[in-house]
Amino acid sequence: MVRVDGEDGAETLIRVRNLDKRYQRGSEEIHVLQGLNLDVGRGEFVAFMGPSGSGKTTLLNLLGGLDVPSAGSITVDGDELTRMSAAKLTRWRARHVGFIFQMYNLLPVLTAFGNVELPLLLTRLDRAQRRRQVETALALVGLADRMDHFPRQLSGGQEQRVAIARAIVADPSFLLCDEPTGDLDRASAGEILDLLTALAREYGKTILMVTHDPRAAERADCVLHLDKGVLVEAAGEAARA
Amino acid sequence: MKYLGLVLANVRRKKTRTLLTVGSFAVALFLFGLLAAIHFAFYQGVEVAGADRLVVINRVSIIQPLPVSYRERLLQLAGVQAVTSANWFGGVYQDERNFFPQYAVDHESYRGMFSEFVIPDEQWQAFAGDRQGCVVGAALAQRYGWKLGDRIPIRGTIFPGIWEFNVRAIYRGSRPGDDEGQFWFRRDYLEERGPEWIKGLVGWYIVRVGDGVDAAAVSRAIDERFANSPFETKTEPERAFAASFAKQMGNIEALILIIGGVVFFTLLLVTGNTQALSVRERTTELAVLKTLGFSDRFALLLVLSESVLVAGVGGLAGITAAKLVTPALTQALPGFTVFLPTWDLVVGLFLALLVGLAAGLLPAVSAMRLRVVDALRRV
Ligand SMILES: Nc1ncnc2c1ncn2[C@@H]1O[C@H](COP(=O)(O)OP(=O)(O)OP(=O)(O)O)[C@@H](O)[C@H]1O
Ligand SMILES: [Mg+2]
Repeated sequence: MVRVDGEDGAETLIRVRNLDKRYQRGSEEIHVLQGLNLDVGRGEFVAFMGPSGSGKTTLLNLLGGLDVPSAGSITVDGDELTRMSAAKLTRWRARHVGFIFQMYNLLPVLTAFGNVELPLLLTRLDRAQRRRQVETALALVGLADRMDHFPRQLSGGQEQRVAIARAIVADPSFLLCDEPTGDLDRASAGEILDLLTALAREYGKTILMVTHDPRAAERADCVLHLDKGVLVEAAGEAARA
Repeated sequence: MKYLGLVLANVRRKKTRTLLTVGSFAVALFLFGLLAAIHFAFYQGVEVAGADRLVVINRVSIIQPLPVSYRERLLQLAGVQAVTSANWFGGVYQDERNFFPQYAVDHESYRGMFSEFVIPDEQWQAFAGDRQGCVVGAALAQRYGWKLGDRIPIRGTIFPGIWEFNVRAIYRGSRPGDDEGQFWFRRDYLEERGPEWIKGLVGWYIVRVGDGVDAAAVSRAIDERFANSPFETKTEPERAFAASFAKQMGNIEALILIIGGVVFFTLLLVTGNTQALSVRERTTELAVLKTLGFSDRFALLLVLSESVLVAGVGGLAGITAAKLVTPALTQALPGFTVFLPTWDLVVGLFLALLVGLAAGLLPAVSAMRLRVVDALRRV
């Protein structure tokens, strides 16, 4: 159950309270997030929409522990992010978050296999265990036969699928996707969305996805709009609720 | 170890650039190796000098002689174990360019003094049995193609005329770097054929002190013994003697230090710049690694290890090449033993790694400091 009203829901994985984020640009202060509340349950697939500059990326960065809020709290599975040191946050990120970017952000010098293996290098798994897990992840995104390809030898859609494999290979608590289909043609975008939907439905992954594309948002259980620094449920959603 | 793949992949990213950087290190270390070897050639006497040997020369200067009678008097001094003597001959073989030292030696005591030079007994016997015999170093023999039994004409400069010698023995150094470029012949032959004034005079004495004897005290005792005589002496450890002898060749050490310093400094700037460039180019990649949970320290170490790896590979290649060409240099530089001691190999490699580390430091720190949100927003 996704809530944006700040009321405590049951079975919450991610709990955000009174989240504030301000940026200082010269003398001007930009108040991007203004007391934002959010509760996301385990296994939920949430889409965030909103105009450019409304703070969607900012929100994902905060949820992923890449940035710290100006005020408010973020709790994931009982861990309070704002209380963690930078080093602790880095380790937390490795264990709990899978990132998927608009520009794929694969390392060009590594093969698909090497890219997907990266998060596992931070675990205690030995070589054989890592190999097995990478192969499983790549098979899941349908690229078992492209393991030894470098990113430049793959299409955009394939690159993004490798990125998804990389995001899920260490079995994180949730996935953060920032416009995962923003750079793809319609067919490839459809494949990526199918994949994300399957991850949510069949594997019970918790997914938070920013998108500009209504067709992408449609796939989610719930669409939230970022408006004037807070989240509001989409009209249809509210009606349904 | 599991990160090695990542390091290697990054090093291979720009092959040409990496090769050029590796090449810079190789060239610099090659040069370093050559300088070290040439330095050794000038100071070889210092490097291999015996710690238990003293050199006794005329107090006025090395070119002033000492009486032959001093030998017995030296042997009487406490702590002195053995004494031998030599004269500088200063002859020329075929051509002025063919420089090598020739010594007229006391053949009865010379071999025992320099036990680092290995000579087969029967050859030494042949030398002892031939007044016109000579002993040559293996490198010298190789350079001029001399064999046992060959007759070698040397034109005297101090002692006029063409002097002919029979090669009776060839000696080898027992340690790497031992001087195999000397030419010894018998002092009695010099007295016999030489001018009247040389009779009863030697160039210098070499004295060996016994085990556990204070060499400095023996030095003082020798010089006191001959004080206020017509031939006062100056006694120094062989090492110090060789060092002061090398200094006469000019301050080669300072020259080498300056050249080496400039080369390494240039190398530092060039590779530092390359490393900075390579880090700047992959700001996004480093940010992605951090996003995935790699620590700031990891980013630092990643960049540093790339830099050090390149430096190590290049350095090793360069110093190995230098080591390989030094034997040829010995052939090309008559009178010198060009040898690259292992110690200098280690120092060179260490310097290369140090430069690699220093060159990678600033870029590595900026990789460490990189903030993910800023880096990802920039693209
Ligand atoms: N480091 C920063 N310093 C100053 N201002 C910033 C910084 N990061 C973001 N902003 C500002 O915060 C606002 C929200 O940015 P954000 O990137 O979150 O928007 P977004 O909703 O993701 O937009 P888009 O749809 O274009 O990706 C923007 O006005 C942006 O200029
Ligand atoms: Mg954005």
